[in-house]
Order: sequence, then structure tokens, then C-alpha cells
Amino acid sequence: MTLLKVQDLCVTLNTSHGPQQVISHINFSMNAGEKLGIVGESGCGKSITALAMMSLLPPDSKTSGKIILEGRDILTLNSKEICSIRGNRIGMIFQEPMTALNPVQQIGAQISESIYLHMKLNQKQTIERVKELMDKVGLPVSRFGLNLYPHQLSGGQRQRVMIAMAIACNPDILIADEPTTALDVTVQEQILDLIRDLADSSGMALIMISHDLGVIAQTTQNVMVMYTGSIVEMGSTVDVFQNMKHPYTYGLFSAIPHAGSSAHLCRKRLSSIPGQVPELHLRPRGCNFADRCSRASKMCKAKDPVATRVSDHHQVWCYHPLKEEDKQ
Amino acid sequence: MFRTLVEVLRHGLKNRSFVIGGTISLLFFLVAFLSYFWTPYPVEDINIADKLLKPSSRYLLGTDHFGRDILSMLIKGARNSVIVAFVAIGIGIGCGVPLGLTAAAQKGWMDELIMRFNDFTFAFPSLISAIMITAILGPGSVNSIIAIGIFNVPVFARVARGAALSIWKREFILAARSAGKGPFRISVEHILPNISSMLIVQATIQFALGILAEASLSYLGLGTQPPMPSWGKMLNEAQTFLHFAPQLAIYPGLAIALTVMGLNLFGDGLRDVLDPKLRRSR
Amino acid sequence: MKQPLIKIEGVYKDYQLPKKYLFQKAPVFRALHGINLELHKGESFGIVGESGCGKSTLARIVMALDEPTSGTVLFDGQDLFKIPTAELRHLRRNFQMVFQDPYGSLNPRKNILGIVAEPLDTLKEKLSFSQKKERVAKILVEVGLNATDTDKFPHEFSGGQRQRIAIARALITRPSLIVADESVSALDVSVQAQVLNLMMDLQEKYNLTYMFISHDLSVVEYVTDQVAVIYMGQIVEQGTTKALFQRPLHPYTQTLLRAVPDVNPLNKKRKNKLVIPQFEKTTESCPFIDRCIKATKICVNNAPELLENEGQLVACFNAE
Repeated sequence: MTLLKVQDLCVTLNTSHGPQQVISHINFSMNAGEKLGIVGESGCGKSITALAMMSLLPPDSKTSGKIILEGRDILTLNSKEICSIRGNRIGMIFQEPMTALNPVQQIGAQISESIYLHMKLNQKQTIERVKELMDKVGLPVSRFGLNLYPHQLSGGQRQRVMIAMAIACNPDILIADEPTTALDVTVQEQILDLIRDLADSSGMALIMISHDLGVIAQTTQNVMVMYTGSIVEMGSTVDVFQNMKHPYTYGLFSAIPHAGSSAHLCRKRLSSIPGQVPELHLRPRGCNFADRCSRASKMCKAKDPVATRVSDHHQVWCYHPLKEEDKQ
Repeated sequence: MFRTLVEVLRHGLKNRSFVIGGTISLLFFLVAFLSYFWTPYPVEDINIADKLLKPSSRYLLGTDHFGRDILSMLIKGARNSVIVAFVAIGIGIGCGVPLGLTAAAQKGWMDELIMRFNDFTFAFPSLISAIMITAILGPGSVNSIIAIGIFNVPVFARVARGAALSIWKREFILAARSAGKGPFRISVEHILPNISSMLIVQATIQFALGILAEASLSYLGLGTQPPMPSWGKMLNEAQTFLHFAPQLAIYPGLAIALTVMGLNLFGDGLRDVLDPKLRRSR
Repeated sequence: MKQPLIKIEGVYKDYQLPKKYLFQKAPVFRALHGINLELHKGESFGIVGESGCGKSTLARIVMALDEPTSGTVLFDGQDLFKIPTAELRHLRRNFQMVFQDPYGSLNPRKNILGIVAEPLDTLKEKLSFSQKKERVAKILVEVGLNATDTDKFPHEFSGGQRQRIAIARALITRPSLIVADESVSALDVSVQAQVLNLMMDLQEKYNLTYMFISHDLSVVEYVTDQVAVIYMGQIVEQGTTKALFQRPLHPYTQTLLRAVPDVNPLNKKRKNKLVIPQFEKTTESCPFIDRCIKATKICVNNAPELLENEGQLVACFNAE
């Protein structure tokens, strides 16, 4: 059953170089309980896509297209209706646990905020629910009081508080925007396990946004690769990662030092994508990746590529998708 | 340097407070500057025959009880205010900023000493102490500059120290230290340029306060002495004639209020322009 | 055996914490516990650990930006904390640092020429302005930027380019040691690869010694030939990169390596059983005891020493 359908989403932001289109023609859909990953580097628009779904874009931005949640287009709702969706049907976890929590408010109060806004519970029931949530996210109330302040917690613990806030009202969709980037690797493992378990046990759909291919590989069923505001490859995580077709996706993979590789032993350099991500106002016409791509042709630079179906669960936006022989 | 000025102007012109405040302030400075070359009438001219005239084509704002042209007095008074306030913040910056930078660079007992000196100076209500100082040293512009200037020192010391402390934590300071630079050179080459925007904004605030302080001192007869006109003195002299010639008080009063408001607005707008730029360039 | 370039002996670093009560002795936080390390010329030595383990403190001490509470740091045989200040200043041309934050490590108010030329002041010979400009231009080209970038300001460059500028600044005095403190952690994957390649090229060209500090294990494995793992201020395992990554002996190293998410979606990790701490950590116990699945009774009252175990150094009673 389709829970969320994003159609032709485009967002234009006001920058110092005038209005620029940050994401263009994003199309994807999600079923209940599905785990979707959005992967890309800085500036690719993944966070903007998430913010668009929460209607949290700056007031001077322009959005077009449709974001249909259970039959209703979020973009056409008024602010009261949007507020009833945020926190209630869609929850979001942000990247920096240090700054995403109010430093002068106790964690119990922060978690109960969305409960108070969306669920009709009295004070006793709210406190019960907060305790329940804290247990669920691994902050047992016996050890962590509701009256603790964020600075009394570690980074991983603060992130757990944020997760508790996001799932407080049992949302249908949980958006996690780089939830573990600022955390140590052992803490990251725990948090990712927690997010995955919560999604599995409650049937919640999950959108995991990250630049870390390992995180995406371990937590998602489907994935969307974004580059400069557009989707370049999309499909099931296994299909895309095992049989990648877009030169950018392949470039990203090859740029990661893989287990067992060593500059000293193999005398090999990491393969890197030449050039750099173009600035917002300098994005070229046609395929945005063309001037960094060794396979680019005249057609690539003239027109935006359209979706090519690789298999049932795999699409790529490229005129010259990679074949097996092209990869080392 | 020039490029940053152009940038600031470009952003500033989009900001309402900057434009309105800036225009008023600019007007004020131009008027003060003008006084060096021309005033409609010389202010020393006492012309009892023309006393207390209403505004006319001869005397644009009328005359006071000594027959002096009010407009000319306002113009020259502007110059007086500018000079006093300007030199006073000069003293404040010249003494306060090095103290603040030293406190931030040295920490330890030097920091404590400087901060306690600051606390000491802050403990005295500035206006009353200014009165006391001018009463001891004698009235006059120079002494009022000193009195106002003394109270600017702890303000700039505190702002400079606070801003400097946060810059010391930045990584490029570590880089400068690994390049072998000592705290003095780092304070001058790295810290100072990065706190300059905060100091400039504080300077506009202190400038406005300086004008008010000068007006207060002159009102009490402790500031600028005749024949040099001062807005505060004009206010004082206007008191006796409040009933039948209120314009004598209204004009200097308006001048003070408008100038101070304009400078404050400009300071607000300037802060808006400089702060996000600073954040963007990170 | 050639003299090591850097010899760190018995370095302890304590920080005073704020007092809880007025008449209490200020509590002390021990950031580094008796660190012993040797770096030889041309080596790439990796320091791995999570946040708070003390690796950045160690970096600052090696760079003589912070003084150790006890212990010595010998650079080419000279004790960095015993030589006179002026001599230390001149010695600084031999060791430089590349920092983590490409946005914070460059003074936003200075142009590239001013930033990159700064370490040149430590040289004994005073260079003229044009000489400085020439050297800066040359080094900018070497790191992949343009000679004309000298007049630009940091905000005109991307994160990867700024890191190149930071590398140029570190190289300009032709140092023998470069300490890279999480230098690529803040960069995107594709940019990180470019910067790592650059660092490897430069190392080959100038026979540089790297002290490479990172929490990213795959990067450390790629870049280094020797590595030490730090946990709460102590080295818990040390050895050649190849051996350590193939056969990690210390439970903490094993935990770290296991925690890295596998890029292959078909290798879905079995979730680790949650470690229920059996033993409480005390000042006498092994520091890792409350997170260790191999902890036994001996670990409760004895802090393990770094001992040799088949070519690697491990601080664990139950290493195998």
C-alpha cells in the first residue's frame, strides 16, 4: 500500500546569487514499513528533500510538485494542517544532537512536547508515555531521570532522546537526516540498530539520509542516489550496490578505501572523481555530472538524461550506464 | 580593505535600519563638517535687537535670547558633539581594546587584574562620576572628553576580551601558534581583524551615548563653555523661556534625539550586515 | 637502529576540572596515561580512537602546543619542552599540523598568501615579500591549486580546496613531520579520496613522516603502515597496520572494527548481543572492563600493561 508519493518535486531557494533551483523533478514512492535510503554528498539536496516533506523550508522558498501522504498533498495544506502532521504522522531526527535539543529544557519536557500537541493524554498518562519511550530508546528511567538536561548526556544519549521525540506519537514515517554522522563508530552501530529495530517493531516507514554508503547498505531496502539536486540512480539497495550503473555511484564506491586496501602495500591510489561538485549557480546544462564523467558525450551535455529501466527494481538516469566490463 | 567596504555598503543598502540610520548619521556628520566652513551667521554675534525672533526667511529657525541664529548654533553644536564623542571613543578604544586583548591572551592573574579594574570603573555611575571629574578638573570640552572617555575604556575592554576569547578557541589560532607566533603577534594579526566588526558596532553605540553624555554635561554647565555652542547648553538656556519661546528648547532637543536615534539605528543595521557576513565567511 | 624522528616517553596529561565544592581539592581528569611511541622517518603512523580518547591532546603535545604533565617528547633527539623558547620557534619549521575543520583552520580575514606564508616566519633566514610570494605560489600549484589564488580569501574555496590550502601551509617550510588531526574527516567521500591521494603523493615526493589521527578505520588502514589504538588515554594495541587489521587482538580494537558498517548490503551484520557489564570499572581495573565481552576476574584488580604478542603490542589479559 503506497504510503507516500512524491511527484515532480522541485524546490527553489533564495541565495546570494538570486533564486536557484536546489532540487529538480524528484519522483519516488514509499510503502508502509519500507526503508528507503537517500545517499549523496554535500549539496546534493538530500536534506532539502527531507525538509520539503516536513514543510520546514525557509518562507522565501518556492516548492512545486506534489507530496502525497495517504491521499492528501502536503504542499497544499495550510499551516494548521501541516502542524498536525509534523511530529504526528512524520517524525524527524536531525544530525547534530548537540544543537537539535533545547539546552535549557529538561529532556522529559522535550519528549512530551509532541505528545502534548498531538495526543489527548492527561499529565499522568503523558509521563507514563515518556517513560515508556525512554525505555524503548535505551535510556531506562531507572538510570536517566526525566529532569536531566541535554548537557548532562553524551552525544549518543542525546541522539536517543531525539529519537524518542520523533517516535513519540507513533508516526507513519520516520526521517533520519544523517543521524549518526556526528557520533563515534561504536555509538553509531547502537543507534542504527535502535532505529532499525524501532522501525521493524512498529511498522514505521524509514527514510535514512546519509553520505555513508555503509550506513545505507546496512539499514535500507531501497536507495536513491542524488547528485546536484536530481536522482541519478534508484532501486533496491542490493541491486544498486551490487550492480551499479551510474558513473557517479561507481565513483563514490571506488573512492572509499575498502577493507584490506593500503596505499603502502598496493602502491595504488584511491580512485577519485576528477573535479568537484559545481556550485549551485554554476550547475551546467544537461547532465550535471557530464563534465566530471569520462563517458560523457555531446548528448549528455545538451539534454538532461531520462530514466532508463535496468530491472524491475532499478532505474538509472544516464545515457551511457556502466556495464560489467567497465568496472574493475 | 576597500573591497570589504564596498561589500558592506552593498549589503547595507538592503537593510532598512542601515539606510535610515545611516542617512541621518551621515547628515549629522556633514552638518558638523560644514560648520568649519560656513554657518548662516557667526555664532559669537550677539544681536540683542533681534532676540527671540520666530523662524523667518532671515533666521531659518529663529533666534535665541541673545539674538544668535539658532540654526548656526545647531550646526556648530553638531561639530562640538562629534568631536567630543569621537575623541572619547578614541580613548575608549585606544586604552580599552589593548587591555581586553591582553586579558584574553594572558588569562591568569593579568586577566583577573584587568577585569577587576573594569568592575571597579563600572561600579561608579558614569554620569555622576563624569560630573565629579569635571567638577574637580574644571568645566570645559577637554575635561568632558576625558570624563566620558574614561567610562568608555571598560566597555571596550569587556567587548574586546569577550570577542577575543571566542576567537582564541578557533583552529586557525592553533595554526598560528604552530607557526611559532607569540600571543602579542597573534592578538594583532589574527584576533584584532576578527573582532573588528564587534568593536565597530560597539563604537557606534558608544558614540551615540557620548553625544548624550556631552549634552548632559553641557546642560549642567560642566561641558563645553561659551562662546562655543553646545546642544546641551542650548537646552539649559532655553528653560527660562519655555513658556513663550518653546522653539529654543525644541530645536536642540530634536537635534539630540534625532542624532542619537539615527546612530543607534545605524549601529543596529551595521550589526545585521556585519554579523551574517562573518558567519557566511566561516 | 636509526634514531626515531619523534620519541614520546611516559607522557601523562592531566586537566583540572572545576571544583564541586569550595573547599574541595579540584578533581583531575587524566587525558593521557603514560604514552610511549616512536615514529621513524618516512613512516605513516596512525592513531585511532573515538572522541574523548585523548588523540587530539596527544597531537597538541607532539606539536608542542600544550605541555605534558610529565614525560618527554624528543624531536630528533631534542626535548621540545626543555629547549629555550627561541630555539623551539626555529625548530617548529620541522613539524607542522593539518587540522580537521577546513572552515575553522583558516583565518577568514586573511588572504591565501598571508595564510600559507605564515610558517615562513619561523625560518632563520628572513625572506623578502616577493620571495615569500614565490614560494607560496609554487606550493599552491603542488597541492593542485592555482598560483593566482594567493589574492583570494578562504570563503571563496570549497572544503576540499581549503584543506589543500591547509596542507600547503603545513608544507611550506619543508617539515619532516606532519601531524594530520582528522584532516579528511569533514570532507565528502570523493573529495576525501582526492586529498588522501595528494597526501600520499607528497609523502613519496618529500619523504614525509605522517602522524595520522583519525576515527575512520578504513582511511587509517589505507594510509598508514603502523597504527596505535587509544582508549581513554592509553594505548591498548599497537602494531603494523596490516597485522592489526587482519588480526586485531584487543577486544576494543575488535569492537571498533566490527562496528564499521559494511558497504555490501548482502552482508547484513548480525546484531551484537548487548554487552551487560559484569564488572564495574575502578581505578585499579582495566579501563575497558565495563564494555568488554572477554572480561574475567583478573581484569577487575589489575590494569593490563602493553605487552608483546606475536609482533603486536596489546594491553589485555585475554588477548588472543
